[in-house]
Amino acid sequence: MVETEVKFTAKDFKSDQEVRWCPGCGDHAILNSVQRAMAELGYKHENIAVISGIGCSSRFPYYMNTYGFHGIHGRAAAIASGTKVANPKLSVWQITGDGDGLAIGGNHFIHLVRRNIDINVLLFNNEIYGLTKGQYSPTSQKGAVTKTSPYGTVEPPFHPGELVIGAQGKFFARTLDGNIKLTTQILIEAAKHQGTSVVEILQNCVIYNDRVHAAITEREFKDDRQIVLEHNKPMIFGKNRDKGLILEGMKLKIVKIGENGITEKDILIHKANENNPGIHQMLVNMRYPDYPVALGVIRSIHAPTYEVSVEAQIDKVQKETNIKNMDDLLRSGNTWEIE
Amino acid sequence: MSEKIKPIELEEVSIRFSGDSGDGMQLTGTLFSNTSALLGNDLATFPDYPAEIRAPQGTVGGVSGFQVHFGHSKINTPGDYVDVLVAMNPAALKANLRWVKKQATVICDIDSFDKKNIKKAGYNEDPFLEEDLDGLNVIKSPISTLTRESIKDLGLDNKSILRSKNMFTLGMVYWLFNRPLEYTEDFLTGKFKKAPLIIQANKRVLSAGYHFAETIEALNPSYIVNPAKIEKGTYRNINGNVATAWGLIAAAEKAGLNLFCGSYPITPATDILQELALRKEFGVKVFQAEDEIAGINTAIGASFAGYLGVTTTSGPGLALKTEATGLAVITELPLVIVDVQRGGPSTGLPTKTEQSDLFQALYGRNGESPVAVVAASTPSNCFEYAFQAGKIALEHMTPVLLLTDGFLANGTEPWLVPSMSDYPDIKPPIVKESNKDYQPYARDENLVREWAVPGTKGFEHRIGSLEKMNITGTVSYVPENHQLMTDLRQAKIDKIADNIPKLEIHGNKDADLLVVGWGGTYGHLITAVEQLQQEGKSIALAHFNYINPLPLNTAEVLKSHKKIIVCELNMGQFANYLRIQVPNINYLQYNKVQGLPFTVIELTDHFNKILEEK
Repeated sequence: MVETEVKFTAKDFKSDQEVRWCPGCGDHAILNSVQRAMAELGYKHENIAVISGIGCSSRFPYYMNTYGFHGIHGRAAAIASGTKVANPKLSVWQITGDGDGLAIGGNHFIHLVRRNIDINVLLFNNEIYGLTKGQYSPTSQKGAVTKTSPYGTVEPPFHPGELVIGAQGKFFARTLDGNIKLTTQILIEAAKHQGTSVVEILQNCVIYNDRVHAAITEREFKDDRQIVLEHNKPMIFGKNRDKGLILEGMKLKIVKIGENGITEKDILIHKANENNPGIHQMLVNMRYPDYPVALGVIRSIHAPTYEVSVEAQIDKVQKETNIKNMDDLLRSGNTWEIE
Repeated sequence: MSEKIKPIELEEVSIRFSGDSGDGMQLTGTLFSNTSALLGNDLATFPDYPAEIRAPQGTVGGVSGFQVHFGHSKINTPGDYVDVLVAMNPAALKANLRWVKKQATVICDIDSFDKKNIKKAGYNEDPFLEEDLDGLNVIKSPISTLTRESIKDLGLDNKSILRSKNMFTLGMVYWLFNRPLEYTEDFLTGKFKKAPLIIQANKRVLSAGYHFAETIEALNPSYIVNPAKIEKGTYRNINGNVATAWGLIAAAEKAGLNLFCGSYPITPATDILQELALRKEFGVKVFQAEDEIAGINTAIGASFAGYLGVTTTSGPGLALKTEATGLAVITELPLVIVDVQRGGPSTGLPTKTEQSDLFQALYGRNGESPVAVVAASTPSNCFEYAFQAGKIALEHMTPVLLLTDGFLANGTEPWLVPSMSDYPDIKPPIVKESNKDYQPYARDENLVREWAVPGTKGFEHRIGSLEKMNITGTVSYVPENHQLMTDLRQAKIDKIADNIPKLEIHGNKDADLLVVGWGGTYGHLITAVEQLQQEGKSIALAHFNYINPLPLNTAEVLKSHKKIIVCELNMGQFANYLRIQVPNINYLQYNKVQGLPFTVIELTDHFNKILEEK
């Protein structure tokens, strides 16, 4: 991606369309973070394509002053794949939700991740269907009472991070809608990462699932219930930065620094670039109240991307072939003359 | 060895090679066809193979066949009934005896007619007694034994030996029709470059078969089919699927764009996907998607990025693509959707042919959602109509549905190779940089919007699946605007009629009976109609390649005949479409859904009956 010399601000990426999300919706903050990240990345507007499916979050492209495509339900990953493979020079951003991306679009989601096409996937996870007014989604907690589960759901939820790792994902990060600073920073890393980057954004739906993430976002608890992971840094959290994670047997364990002879040196160091997904898998699966919820870039490893490999094959064949155009092909191989 | 009597000259001959799936009948048939084409015969071929990859050996379900029809005159079909049937086992005899002419020659490998195989084929004890073979020239040949005998000194294992018995059969058939062995020998030399022993074995078996037929005077006199009087030039054999793939590449080339194909494997369309995957020299990007839906959506994403996006499928796959087709309709992006029709509904008859997806192509979407529909009518003109589908898609910014079928897809014929200089340029409405007031949904005189591709500075815009405001393309729920946009999308498709050729009529403009067909039935219909014309009957054919919109002169052509009969391999979809498009005509129908093409004989019988009715 060629960066421009002109300095952009977040405002440069706002379109002339009125933003129509509900007041108080977490999407407003996410839009803000995306526009900030794009300004900081300095990509030219014309080289950015924002592609979505259907759902509240999928209105996103209309609010961006870039190329945009509002697709159909569940298919954003497929449309974005076609766009990116056709033109690898574009910076392609897929906006999706837990219904769009993991229910109707679940198949495309895992295959996009498996192929490792360089698309930045922003997965807005509010554990509910908002646009259809409050039905449970594939990420709703078991037992969630919604309009289609008046007695509570009986099915276990997907955990997006686990799904990404299961599909051989190379980049997974998690953030919160309201934490604009962290989100912006993660989005920049996701954009720079070559390959599919999945960013799960825990998002609040004020109307149909208000406070769904409150247990970890409330000001008075958040430092004890969140852990922001940074590459090469120890996994420390807590209001007093005195709690950490260690590996005990096959499990992660919370320990207190200074107690039982534990020092900072005993705490696990986060390695986002570790190929073996073992620890990453444990990190994405940490859930309140047993663990703090992991935020930040949890996994980021390098691997060849699909679209680059496709072009490499084409280049190789084009260099070696004698067939330069359709007339050549028509006359190649087994032909005969009638005189 | 007796003197060979002077061969008899024939106008045309059909041969069906049949055997177990593993007997190599497709290759045998192809080699015979290629040899005949090189001799200057016109021909048409059609393979008939089971849906199962390896159906139980020796059963009727596992029989694989290949039919070739070659002649001294123009050949339009693979032939209804055959002059020669090769049956490598009892099951092949059982499956194919219904397709032989009254005095046909039937060549059997008598070695495979053992108790086990006879039972497996569903016979009791002796197929030759249980079948009515009256009038047939049945040649019971010990093909397996003689194959083994002829190469026993080469030290090959039994499996390899038996694998070459198809060459023995081919040798026999070459002798029957006085064909040279050179082409096949050259082919074997090329194919088994790394296994000289196999080359030697196959060549020896081929020649052994040839001489065996000569020795037993399998047919005496033998036959000759002289070269056809066909146009001069460079020829190649081509089937419908390869022709479709090449036509799509040709369209992209003429438009100066790259081609993207997003598809999911499905019989009988898979060969198009495979052929495009081979053609990296043209920069074709082939995306084998996780499902049919992803296939079309990736193609739409590629079209958004400035490619000619295509997706290839068959009936059940087209059903899965309906929602995304609507997306291409409302976003007004170029897209070619190829539907190689097969027997339906549901999984239906995957390897058999039918024309029953017409309504799905025309109407199978939610909302008012018109698309252009084009149909190819011969294996080789799949090239032409794939090219035209690409041209319409790009110049009119619309999805185009190209209908072919299993019969065209797998059928082959010699093709006079065209020159790309004979094809028109394709001019997609790509936005000019000088256009300072670009509006995504502003339209030209053909009601076509301009195409601004991501990466182009100053034209950033948003498109999507929600209703568009006229001209600006922003989201609009205004009632009158929805009506206007619906009308515009329909009018845009209607306007394509200005740019397609007029409907031609084969025969007199005022013939008593007008036969109407569309798509892959052309070969059978034209053969039947020409036969009756030669008999002095007042009959003509109007065959459609452009279905939506119809050619501008359609009503004019249809209204000048006493009787019209619409013939199609479905229960009357095109007839009903015509009843809507050109009403107040009495359309008779001739329909068939057996997974098989028409036969010329059933058509001529039926047309004669109608001509006789007052």
